[in-house]
Amino acid sequence: MKKDIILAGVGGQGILSIATVIGEAALQEGLYLKQAEVHGMSQRGGDVQSNLRLSSDPIMSDLIPKGGADLIISLEPMEALRYVEYLKPDGWIVTSCVPFLNIPNYPELTEVLDRIKAYDHHVLLDVEALAKEAGAPAQAANMVLLGAAIPMLGIDHDKMIAGIARVFARKGETVVNTNIAAVETGYNYALSVR
Amino acid sequence: MKHLLLGDEAIAQGAIDAGLSGVYAYPGTPSTEVTEYIQLKAKGERTNGESPIQCRWATNEKTAMEAALGMSYMGKRALVCMKHVGMNVCADAFMNAAITGVNGGLIVLAADDPSMHSSQNEQDSRFYAKFAMIPCLEPSNQQEAYDMMAYGFDLSEQLRTPVLLRVTTRMAHSRAVVNTVEKPREQNTMSMPKDVNHFILLPAFAKRNYAELVAAQPTFVARSEQDGHNVYTRGTKPEKAILTTGIAYNYLMENYDARMGCSILRVTQYPLPAALIAEMVKDGAKEVLVVEEGQPVVEELLRGMVPSDVAVKGRLTGELPRMGELTPDSVRRAIGLDPLPEHAPETIVVGRPPALCQGCGHRDMYAALNEVAREYPSPRIFGDIGCYTLGALSPFHAIHACVEMGASVTMAKGAADAGQHPAIAVIGDSTFTHSGMTGLLDCVNANANVVVLISDNLTTGMTGGQDSAGTGRLEQICYGVGVPQEHVRVVVPLPKNMEEIKQVLREEIDYPGTSVVIARRECIQTLKRHLKAAKKQ
Repeated sequence: MKKDIILAGVGGQGILSIATVIGEAALQEGLYLKQAEVHGMSQRGGDVQSNLRLSSDPIMSDLIPKGGADLIISLEPMEALRYVEYLKPDGWIVTSCVPFLNIPNYPELTEVLDRIKAYDHHVLLDVEALAKEAGAPAQAANMVLLGAAIPMLGIDHDKMIAGIARVFARKGETVVNTNIAAVETGYNYALSVR
Repeated sequence: MKHLLLGDEAIAQGAIDAGLSGVYAYPGTPSTEVTEYIQLKAKGERTNGESPIQCRWATNEKTAMEAALGMSYMGKRALVCMKHVGMNVCADAFMNAAITGVNGGLIVLAADDPSMHSSQNEQDSRFYAKFAMIPCLEPSNQQEAYDMMAYGFDLSEQLRTPVLLRVTTRMAHSRAVVNTVEKPREQNTMSMPKDVNHFILLPAFAKRNYAELVAAQPTFVARSEQDGHNVYTRGTKPEKAILTTGIAYNYLMENYDARMGCSILRVTQYPLPAALIAEMVKDGAKEVLVVEEGQPVVEELLRGMVPSDVAVKGRLTGELPRMGELTPDSVRRAIGLDPLPEHAPETIVVGRPPALCQGCGHRDMYAALNEVAREYPSPRIFGDIGCYTLGALSPFHAIHACVEMGASVTMAKGAADAGQHPAIAVIGDSTFTHSGMTGLLDCVNANANVVVLISDNLTTGMTGGQDSAGTGRLEQICYGVGVPQEHVRVVVPLPKNMEEIKQVLREEIDYPGTSVVIARRECIQTLKRHLKAAKKQ
């Protein structure tokens, strides 16, 4: 088993919590893991990404090579497109369709979404609306996105859910349950459109 | 025990487990998490709630280095952490610590930032180890980083020298599973240096010390050759060889196919292992590709270590890019492999530069400053290092220089000396105490016609909100340096105070002497954290 994942978004959106949950489940599976993160200046509203590599064999590079990623998971549609050079020809893009507008020259949104739709393997979803649907707060939007990526992760659905329970355990049962509800909503959405 | 740790955290845990007594540091990306981790881990471990490890932030890298040397003088193990440019700040103490030598183990961690993700240059700290003639360790993964702390402290004590540990951004900020020891080593007990004259660098003693350091060099090389951190593997086609260091080894192995048959020399400890390089040449190497992260340090050194008919290749000869961080892709090309098939970049994507947070006090400070500056024909505003450097970008375009920590104050002074008016320095509170306040004394002594605008957000913001050394005492510091009390003005940067701030700025610009305006409002990020913590209680 080997999965190379690029997590993308804007500084402050919470891509690292997605990485934490996947990492937790991967470690329980006994997989090797490397995760390169962006700290520092870019975290102030700039573009941020994290390279997450999972494998049943030892992993060498902390960075994913161009054309090597199985999956791009993005909390922002234009940010998903920023890393397509890293995507395998048949790789998946799972991204929120909600733009993060903190720059004056953001391209036309419909064109951005059309570019995403041009990839054979994509899941485009409104994570904020789906979080609401799940009865979860807006902060759980990243868990909806995680849920939508589960079918492509190569880690069993139930094991991911168990990972969430462990990661959020110290925040109490309510937080665990809303996060699980958010993940399930994303998961079901992805299955329905794939 | 297994832990998922950042490279920085692995270094920190390694230091704790190796019997660390004190960590001394000033925050700087990508080194900050080392000290933060030790602060978190060591907090309240003793029954009286005190930390068993000294771990308060230092005012700057020089004070950090000196305090660490003092800890080492007393026989205990000390760690100094900084980003690469911090090495410049502590260089005086660092270079001379190589001449004094150490008593307790002393490791200097320098976190380099090739590609300048959060920095103003990509200087390579391995030059400093060579310059000071001390050993340098360069781990290639998180486990090695952990293990090298115990090894490094032992090496430091055995060779009586500081040891430089060099990492780069990808190592510092990448997570992997690390196996740690069950039981940490005890801290050293206090002990005086055997020969106190070693620490008195009068010329007579310094000459003797330096001669000893020179004489010790073959021993340092021997340790590099014998301790197992540098590994030479003869290939089936040994005419082609690859010398790779630190994290660059991972990019090589990501792509390397054993059928290529190259000899490989993997280096994680310096000085370079001369005997292993000689063996590589003896085995028939006619071409050596040097794959190293950062500047071409090894590539240059190697040219003087191999016969002239052996071609040394790498960043200087174009096989690898001259600048910037290595990637698995650039190393793949360098070993002659075709790139993987990839998608073309999406041209619709535009840049998303970082920006000051919404609601940040620096924004209101710049809004007022820009309006006042426009009232003068040719204002010059000298910026400094911190979040407020982002004032150079849209929408403010407010600053005309930003060089290094503290330069705003003294560059403004130099500009005023040259006849510039108004000459304004913009500096954060933490940067001011780091290196700005000494420059302010220069201004006062010359009664230079400058305004020093301290944008005080009560924290070290850019690196994530660490304690700032002068919080609550900035006015007293300015009075103490000699700025007249009536020319140390305090304003609260909020939109509702715009007219007042502008008036204060005008008055101090028009005052023909050194004045300070402090724009004080808490960082919006630390404020959120404080409110959240208060709500919990």
